Amino acid sequence: MPTSITSVLREVSRRYNVPLEELRFHAQALRSLRLIDYGEAPHFKGVELTELGIFITNLTMEDEPILAGDLVQTKTGVKPLGQLLKDIRRKVLQMVAEAGSGHLGASMSILDILAILYFMKMQHDPTNPGWTERDRLILSKGHAAPALYAVLSEAGYFPEEELTSLRELDSRLHGHPGTITPGVDVATGSLGQGLSVAVGMALAAKMDEASHRIYVILGDGELNEGQVWEAAMTAAHYGLDNIVAIVDRNQYQLTGTTEQVKAVEPVSEKWRAFGWNVMNVSGHDVYAVLDALEVCEHAKGSPHVIVAKTTKGKGVSFMEGNRFSRSVPNASQLKQALEELERD
Amino acid sequence: MKLKSPVEYFGRALVERGATDPDLVVLDADVSASTKTEFFKEAYPDRFIEVGISEQDLVGVASGLAVSGKTPVAAAFATFIVGRAWEQLLNTVARQNLNVKIVGTHSGLSPSADGGSHQSIADIAAVRVMPRFSVVVPADAPSTGCLTGEMIDRRGPVYLRLSRGATPTVYPDDVELSIGRAETITEGGDVTVIAAGNMVHVALQAAESLREEKVEAKVVDMHTVKPLDQSAVIESAKETGAVVTVEEHSVLGGLGGAVSEILSENYPTPLRRIGVMDRFGMSSRNYQRLLERYGLTPEAVAEAAKKVLKVKKK
Repeated sequence: MPTSITSVLREVSRRYNVPLEELRFHAQALRSLRLIDYGEAPHFKGVELTELGIFITNLTMEDEPILAGDLVQTKTGVKPLGQLLKDIRRKVLQMVAEAGSGHLGASMSILDILAILYFMKMQHDPTNPGWTERDRLILSKGHAAPALYAVLSEAGYFPEEELTSLRELDSRLHGHPGTITPGVDVATGSLGQGLSVAVGMALAAKMDEASHRIYVILGDGELNEGQVWEAAMTAAHYGLDNIVAIVDRNQYQLTGTTEQVKAVEPVSEKWRAFGWNVMNVSGHDVYAVLDALEVCEHAKGSPHVIVAKTTKGKGVSFMEGNRFSRSVPNASQLKQALEELERD
Repeated sequence: MKLKSPVEYFGRALVERGATDPDLVVLDADVSASTKTEFFKEAYPDRFIEVGISEQDLVGVASGLAVSGKTPVAAAFATFIVGRAWEQLLNTVARQNLNVKIVGTHSGLSPSADGGSHQSIADIAAVRVMPRFSVVVPADAPSTGCLTGEMIDRRGPVYLRLSRGATPTVYPDDVELSIGRAETITEGGDVTVIAAGNMVHVALQAAESLREEKVEAKVVDMHTVKPLDQSAVIESAKETGAVVTVEEHSVLGGLGGAVSEILSENYPTPLRRIGVMDRFGMSSRNYQRLLERYGLTPEAVAEAAKKVLKVKKK
């Protein structure tokens, strides 16, 4: 049974002959039609199809979506999304292997979401990184820098050849994101600070009556940091609905599972208690992520957090889990990983 | 001697600047009644952000505002805004060279009754070690007003260190000082006393008593500890051949440390440091008595001047 807004939108698009892209911006209208429900301020909940919504989608839905076939725009032209994600994974593997160090597992878990944001959601212009109306992104879990760099390069912020200079002297691609890299607005690396910076950027946007959004990506281990919760209180206090935080819930931190090191659960309840609009999605389900991002654009009055359940090391079977949290693949492991990516 | 409040001059300078600078945003950590950012809050409520008792978040939010083109001024007690948020200042503010202004009030031993937990004896050293940060320690209320404006005009991170309460004035209300340029207040050829903050007034009193003993002391207000006015330090050392530094801060890493570094490499000169001797503060209902207990008095400065004169090269 289809349960995503996108499925509903596609059905409405087909029936009423309205372009899908136009409909994407009208989740609120769908709620008015009682096809979906996401609660009322300040008690937003995760988006759900209503009974009517389920009824309508059941009438005519076929088996979709076909993720891998959907086309996205990259600097080299349009590409199927599945191919794009594979390409980015391959680059991340190669650059970390070349650098000899880097956080592979944490890069792979957030990679899909970063790609979705940069290629399917955010308003931004790689030819004009300083465009004032752009959406902003802060990679607060800065150790996932390789994934960000691969995405930024693919989007056209800097040449692909630069990727293999990761962590090298005089490279623009430092071990953790710095503003020396085109497309990076905020330097990170020290965990726990990105959400506060996002709050400042969101307050500035409100003062300027600007409509862009601030996306901030946090690690689940990063939630150990007290400053995150200071910032969570501030964001809710000021009703900063232009902030979308995404928690990469890959379930591991450096020395073990999050629950072994310092239990973070219940994550969603914590954010809810702090006054946030909380949504839970699978972080590798493109349409689930897109749907959640869509709700964030329409639900007003409180900041949003998407708790995205992800797999550390996602995409390469023998890297999944915590094995490549700190270690780097050797030549034969790299070969094996690249082969596996090509096969899938 | 007329007493005036540096924080009130700071608060009023913010209001004045707020009228012409729409990008000026002021933040506080639930101490606006003490830091006097409440003046700005009253005048421009839309550009005042109360972050609550969370200095790390305070610095982070200020950083986000700076990234977005605002000029944020974040104020709280010196020991908390610098100490609690030190790594945020280093990694987020300084490393990105953000246009964030940090104001630490209740510095030194000035919150005397509150005791060692609230006094700030390490903040100058802690900020001075960060690349790109300027450190400004005004001598009195009028120069605080002037240097607040200078701070806002200066691009990049600045730390402004202020005292609690009303303090003796050294300058008239229309004083004009520039960040990075030391101010010689009294000329003298025998010894140079380089002071910052409340200790400038103490140094001037010491110079008066030295004069009675036929010792002519040059008194320099080193209101900017970083970037240090190196030529003023070196030239004064050449002129007088003996130097005393005075600060309401640890003798380690602050003004005394900065002056020693410059002189030992460029013009080795007999020098003595007056300050808090590598120990914590304590409670005292009377601020003046606390300063006396820690040897931050005109007598101590004069004594140090005489000691350094004894080893001065003839």
